[in-house]
Amino acid sequence: MSEPFLPGWFTLDDKAPQLLGSRCTSCGTYYFPKLAAGFCRNPDCNGEVFEEAPLSRRGRLWSFTNAAYQPPEPYPQVEKDRFQPFAIAAVELEQEKMIVLGQVVAGTGVESLKAGMAMELVLEPLSDGKLVWKWKPTK
Amino acid sequence: MSGSKDIAILGVGMHPWGKWGKHFVEYGVVAARAALADAGVHWREVQFVSGAATIRNGYPGQVAGATFAQALGWQGAQVNTSYAACASGSQALAAARSKILSGECEVALVIGSDTTPKGFLKPQPGDRPDDPDWVRFRIGITNPTYFALYAQRRIQMYGDTPADFALVKVKNAEHGFTNPNARYRKKFSAEEVAASAVVADPLRLMDICAVSDGAAAIIVSSLEYAKKIGKAKAPRIAAISTVTPTFASALVEMPDIATDSAVAVPAQSFRAALPRKAYEEAGIGPKDVSLAEVYDLSTALELDWIEDLQLCERGDAAKLLRAGDTRIGGRIPVNTSGGLACFGEAVPAQALAQVCELTWQLRGQAGERQISNAKVGITANQGLFGHGSSVIVKA
Ligand SMILES: [Zn+2]
Repeated sequence: MSEPFLPGWFTLDDKAPQLLGSRCTSCGTYYFPKLAAGFCRNPDCNGEVFEEAPLSRRGRLWSFTNAAYQPPEPYPQVEKDRFQPFAIAAVELEQEKMIVLGQVVAGTGVESLKAGMAMELVLEPLSDGKLVWKWKPTK
Repeated sequence: MSGSKDIAILGVGMHPWGKWGKHFVEYGVVAARAALADAGVHWREVQFVSGAATIRNGYPGQVAGATFAQALGWQGAQVNTSYAACASGSQALAAARSKILSGECEVALVIGSDTTPKGFLKPQPGDRPDDPDWVRFRIGITNPTYFALYAQRRIQMYGDTPADFALVKVKNAEHGFTNPNARYRKKFSAEEVAASAVVADPLRLMDICAVSDGAAAIIVSSLEYAKKIGKAKAPRIAAISTVTPTFASALVEMPDIATDSAVAVPAQSFRAALPRKAYEEAGIGPKDVSLAEVYDLSTALELDWIEDLQLCERGDAAKLLRAGDTRIGGRIPVNTSGGLACFGEAVPAQALAQVCELTWQLRGQAGERQISNAKVGITANQGLFGHGSSVIVKA
């Protein structure tokens, strides 16, 4: 299997990958990306201890859009006429009570998306071959 | 207690928005001189210069107050520079209000000016996982993504349509058509908006605002000073809200790729919190508002703001729009200046430009844009890094 675009941001399980966030051991608040500094951002919590937390693989589609033009670098570039627009999803994770953005799998356009749809996390390579998480409509 | 925390707006001035390619100080001086002339105040009378910082032109953020004071001719005023992204102007205004209300000065110049950068800023090479901007661009999430997600959410939740968003553009283009300070003075039809290229579905090129050069300046004073110079009836600033968001964030905000998690405390809307504090501070409510200037970074975002300002129920903003309520001549005109659709964003000047428009409207000096019976105006804006503002001006 190919390399992730960043190490440690998701598991490399090709059947059931998970984003790797962190979780405050005092109040239970999740963070994705993992909290860089060691202080919980909940104003009522002084937590400084975090554990790695694999996030839910499934969620509900909150909203969506697409990139009709190729995003600028550091997005891996292809020849202009080879660029294929891709959809982007904002997915609400029930357990974590948070919304996470990501591309939608190649071949699924905005016309087949609807808020509330069940979405699951998969891994797909970007044009430079590096793996990234993407959202895929599911049952 | 009534009126005790108000300050007077003696004068307002702007340098027209555009892409003029000059230094931002030039625009600022033009706007400041216009505001001084409008106030009938000599520059030497100004005791405090409160500048909204520009982060561009190689002067990272600390130069605005003193730079403008020098360009106008150093005369020993105290200076301050505020940086708060899109809310920088409001924060500079709040600094001036504090000086005035504490009795440290009587009259102040508040000023913001910007020049758009030439070309695109090239990102630093190498992997920078700690930089949220690097991360989001690396996975293909650009600025329009966020506005498009909010717009699509309206479609999904409230049944808004791209035609509604186009109507916002058509309305604002009509409003700004005769505004001498607007950069884009051209009317558009809904068909023209619908024919522009899709950038981030459902938003098209003409749904998204540009960046511009421009400057705005305001002369504010204590009510006593205003009375002393014969301007007791000048419009007053009744509230300046510059609150931060409250954890946990309800919306994914640029440049993040996720919201906060709301497992420990409930999710909160930042946009809605900004005017709520302003209403509270001014002791008035949405029903008292005659007009609003809101940050239409996208057409659809104007509709979100109308609801955040509580000018209608959540989800009903498009109904107001379709009924013509938000047009000049309507029940509650929104963006009579033409908004960002006609101006393009000049970050440190934009929040002040909103206050300039309210001032002209409340004085009855808005020319062909003039609405009738303007008593109370409110602004709203939101920018990066948890900055935003809402200002209330009353006649
Ligand atoms: Zn905590």
